[in-house]
Amino acid sequence: MDAIGVALLLATLRLSVPLAIAAMGELVAERAGVLNIGIEGMMLAGAFAAFAVGATTGSVGLALAAGMLAGAALAALFALFVIGRNSDPIVCGMAINVLALGVTGSAYRVLLPAGASTLTSPVMPEVAPGVNGFVLVTALQVATVVLFLSRTRWGLAVRAVGESAEAAHAQGVRVLRTRWAATIFGGVCAGLAGSSLVLWLTDTFVEGMTSGRGFIALALVLFGGYRPGRIVLGALLFGGASALQFRLQARGVEIPYNLLLMTPYVLTLVVLTLFAGRAKGPADLARPFVARE
Amino acid sequence: MKSWRAWIEPSLAVLIALGCAVLVLVLLGANPARALVALAGGAFGDRLALENTVVRMMPLALIGLGVSLAFRCGVWNIGGEGQLYLGALAATALGTRLLPDAPAAILIPVLLAGGALAGALWAGIAALLKTQRGVSEVLSTILLNFVAVLAVAWAVHGPLQELAGSYPQSDLLPEAGRLGIPPGLLRIHGGVVLVLLLPFAVWLLLFRSAVGLRLRAVGASPDAARYAGVSPEREVVRALLLSGGLAGLAGAIEIAGVTGRLFENLSPGYGFTAIAVSLLARLHPLGVLPAALFFAALASGSGAMQRVAGVPSVTVQVIEAIVIFLSVGFALAGRRS
Repeated sequence: MDAIGVALLLATLRLSVPLAIAAMGELVAERAGVLNIGIEGMMLAGAFAAFAVGATTGSVGLALAAGMLAGAALAALFALFVIGRNSDPIVCGMAINVLALGVTGSAYRVLLPAGASTLTSPVMPEVAPGVNGFVLVTALQVATVVLFLSRTRWGLAVRAVGESAEAAHAQGVRVLRTRWAATIFGGVCAGLAGSSLVLWLTDTFVEGMTSGRGFIALALVLFGGYRPGRIVLGALLFGGASALQFRLQARGVEIPYNLLLMTPYVLTLVVLTLFAGRAKGPADLARPFVARE
Repeated sequence: MKSWRAWIEPSLAVLIALGCAVLVLVLLGANPARALVALAGGAFGDRLALENTVVRMMPLALIGLGVSLAFRCGVWNIGGEGQLYLGALAATALGTRLLPDAPAAILIPVLLAGGALAGALWAGIAALLKTQRGVSEVLSTILLNFVAVLAVAWAVHGPLQELAGSYPQSDLLPEAGRLGIPPGLLRIHGGVVLVLLLPFAVWLLLFRSAVGLRLRAVGASPDAARYAGVSPEREVVRALLLSGGLAGLAGAIEIAGVTGRLFENLSPGYGFTAIAVSLLARLHPLGVLPAALFFAALASGSGAMQRVAGVPSVTVQVIEAIVIFLSVGFALAGRRS
């Protein structure tokens, strides 16, 4: 493979990893019946926390931990309202997104007052020549989710709760506890995905830097028809399309820059048009559960 | 008794949110009293500040009205931002390129109608995807926001860029296309008439017409509505078109009444704040006006808060999020069954 091909492949991986990690987390939450459109905000919070901790301590490990913790914290807030109080998941998800924009924006200006020199975070090291640590993390995460959902009792409980909370409850599964755990897992994954934007894709933070990746990850779950293999394939497809678009920009191709930037969003809409209707989601997705005595 | 209760809960939400804001301000190391006084002064301190707040209230009220209308039909229109941009784009194209020499009596209605139509069509894409292909309108309207913002960026670097060609912005609308500022006022433009009338029109439509009855029936239960002979698909399309039309109108009014021209980042997120407006208003068309005024005051006061107390202006988004949580978390807005 020539140098351009290698560069394109690498760029594809870098752009696919955040989508794949976030989408796999969302898959688990949705399988438990929790529709979380706040993962965009959880990714953003993860990105900021990873940046702030990474830049001030210089430690990649602490940065990753901070990113995941931030995602988990927002997921807990989301769960408190959506699972705890049966509030509408769409509205709460949007509130999480607004909250993350406000909190990260404010904290960023406190960390870096206007005029201060820029901060940079450390970069995730390679685990083998040419293989970034995030590639390994993604592979492990995907394998874990696949095995968890298909081979473990807890995975079965998650799927049962998403299909029919009533029936699962009758079988003795703790519905609310399972949904809480799945939501927190989704938040941790979103935070990790956000961290990768800072620790691999760039080495800094920009306000609103997730720019819709969380929503694309949501669409990928539908595109993949709730099947992990197809979700990862979808993430690679999207990463590839974005990489190609950046390459075209760099080559100075005669397509206006702003139209090229539309590619991922238009592609997502096209993919949803083709596949969303066919994707059969968990029957109890986004339905509140109230135990009857 | 009932109307008294309709006010008490949203007011409580606002008070709690402001309480949380004080906490955030302390965490940021600012003097909360000083920051809040600066915020209030920036929003209502003098005539100019007050009128600026009212000008900001207009797009929030119009988009919030559309969001409420769609929510009443059980449809989530998260795409107000994109629909506003499309409305602004259409109004600019009409005013600067297609009809630059038309008299005001023709140009102003055409600009506003064109903006509303563009917003409605943009929301119509989401309606079509939902009813024909089963695509959730939540995702499609969010994605269409990104596309619309980029379309405006492209337009002001390309076909709609000013003829002088020095900045990425459109030419100014011709004088005949501008919504004038009535004598005696400083900033409040003629669009205020529409902003004050349309909530009543939407209230009449929703609660005093057969159209509104069908729309709300679908919102309450699509299955029951279908059983009663109402097509949920048609009502969903109607609700999204009306909702998008209101947001598009807001975009056209912004161009014709405030900026006079199109440029990138035209809206500071009016389309997203409008969701909070509609929830604080408890999805009531008339409640949208005070709710929009509250968020407009936050937005216009935040600049002063940043200058005087050194609090980043994005902090007001935290207040916005808290209001949303309080509005849904404590069943203020009511949950769809």
